[in-house]
Amino acid sequence: MRDITLGQFFPTDSVIHRLDPRVKIVSLMAYIILIFCTFNYYALALMAAAAIFIVLISRVPIKMYLKSLKVIIVIVIITSILNLFYGQGTPIFQWGIIKVTWAGINNAIFVCVRIVCLLLLSSALTFTTSPTDLTDALERLLKPLTIFHVKVHEIAMMMTIALRFVPTLLEETDKIMAAQKARGADMESGNIVVRIRAMVPVLIPLFISAFRRAYELAVAMECRCYQGGEGRTRMKQLHMTGRDYASIIFTLSVIACVVLLDVLFAPVL
Amino acid sequence: MSLLSARDLTYIYSQKTPFEHKAVDSVSFDIERGDFIGIIGHTGSGKSTLVQMLNGLIRPSSGTVMLNGCDIWENPKEIRSIRFKVGLVFQYPEYQLFEETVEKDIAFGPTNMGLKELDIRQRVLDAASFVDLNSELLPKSPFDLSGGEKRRAAIAGVIAMDPDILILDEPCAGLDPLGRDVLLTQIYRYHKQRNNTVILVSHSMEDVATVCDKVMVMNRSHLEMFDTTQQVFSQGERLASMSLRVPQITSIVDTLISSGIPLDKGTLTVEKAVEDITEYMKREGRL
Repeated sequence: MRDITLGQFFPTDSVIHRLDPRVKIVSLMAYIILIFCTFNYYALALMAAAAIFIVLISRVPIKMYLKSLKVIIVIVIITSILNLFYGQGTPIFQWGIIKVTWAGINNAIFVCVRIVCLLLLSSALTFTTSPTDLTDALERLLKPLTIFHVKVHEIAMMMTIALRFVPTLLEETDKIMAAQKARGADMESGNIVVRIRAMVPVLIPLFISAFRRAYELAVAMECRCYQGGEGRTRMKQLHMTGRDYASIIFTLSVIACVVLLDVLFAPVL
Repeated sequence: MSLLSARDLTYIYSQKTPFEHKAVDSVSFDIERGDFIGIIGHTGSGKSTLVQMLNGLIRPSSGTVMLNGCDIWENPKEIRSIRFKVGLVFQYPEYQLFEETVEKDIAFGPTNMGLKELDIRQRVLDAASFVDLNSELLPKSPFDLSGGEKRRAAIAGVIAMDPDILILDEPCAGLDPLGRDVLLTQIYRYHKQRNNTVILVSHSMEDVATVCDKVMVMNRSHLEMFDTTQQVFSQGERLASMSLRVPQITSIVDTLISSGIPLDKGTLTVEKAVEDITEYMKREGRL
């Protein structure tokens, strides 16, 4: 369970790693919208090329991306197949009620490429940004909401703590499972009811320790007079550098080119 | 044939990722029936990983563990039976307690072995008495016990499986001095009465010196030394180079030796030191 990879931070050093996390989040949102604004193959190809370019310069092994693609590959295949058979227009191939049209083929390709691009780009964000950087950036980006009395800092703090404790609790689960296995607990065999029952010796100690940790953390925070957002300064200030402006220009030019291609060539959807 | 032998045991965490880390590197040794062995080593030297390989909780990246001459991973489906023969008590075992009563918790291991109710009951009582746990505590909830009692209840949970080899990973960590002494004495008594093999992983050189016959020294994933306790602790400088030290009394005697008083190198207990020094002073006519 220690080897779990779920869009996890992958600490290699690359241009993307060093970008300001705010830039990365906003760019990702822009790309997500852009992915669904591609209406012909030229625009789609450019979008896919941009996604692959970002994946390549992120210096995270391609294997990691493939691993996260594996999770959704079934969804991609099913939606592609459904789209393939539900196209309108004259059929180019018909077998009973199943008919394949050009519109269907186009739909299937677009859906497939769009979902893959979406996943590649969001993985690129989570692989290259540590969870603390992510929540930090979110806090900054959501700051305007404070005028509506949204407790942005507190929400960000809760997210940070939750993310911070995911590996800790996984490790704890590992340990407790090992300890119960050492006493002969059998967690690998039997039907579903037996297996759920077999988790009780793990879950009870895990919950107890999670509450204990939460309590200890609260005490430790109070001991340091933690007050929340008001008047807090931060150790790591986020600064925009030349690199960040360059990446913004790159994103804007991709957007401009995709829009241009959309306008220049006839839509196929 | 040795009871337990390790051949070229190696374990690598998170293989083929940037987090890759070799925790145990080609470790080989033989342990005989009735040995009381201490494992010492700096934090992160691979002690805990090593002991988890000995009872089949983790599978070595390479190398074999032989119990009574058979590779424990020969039949991976039967690995559970190995865990009943090689009992492992984890660090801070009190965090694994989960049952409604102490009795049920101690019975968890024996129940998993598929024993009869009567046998289980007997084993629970035996195990509880081995760790000096009052029988009045058995019907209580484990969460109502004191820290030391919880620790002993958890250890009883492993002893109740009556393993051939009992491995304890830092059993005294976080206990007060009296609690340490009591627990250590109980473990020693258990070892003597059952005449079974005990492996004690510890950071306390004093604990190891008092109870162990032999000591393994782990350093940076390697098995650096494996010898009698006296032999190991008479090499103070070598231990110091691995950020380990000798027991306090050994280092006092070493200092006396270097200032010209003829005493035994590798003196392990205060009693022995007192005896030797008294004898020396008598010989010199100062007493």
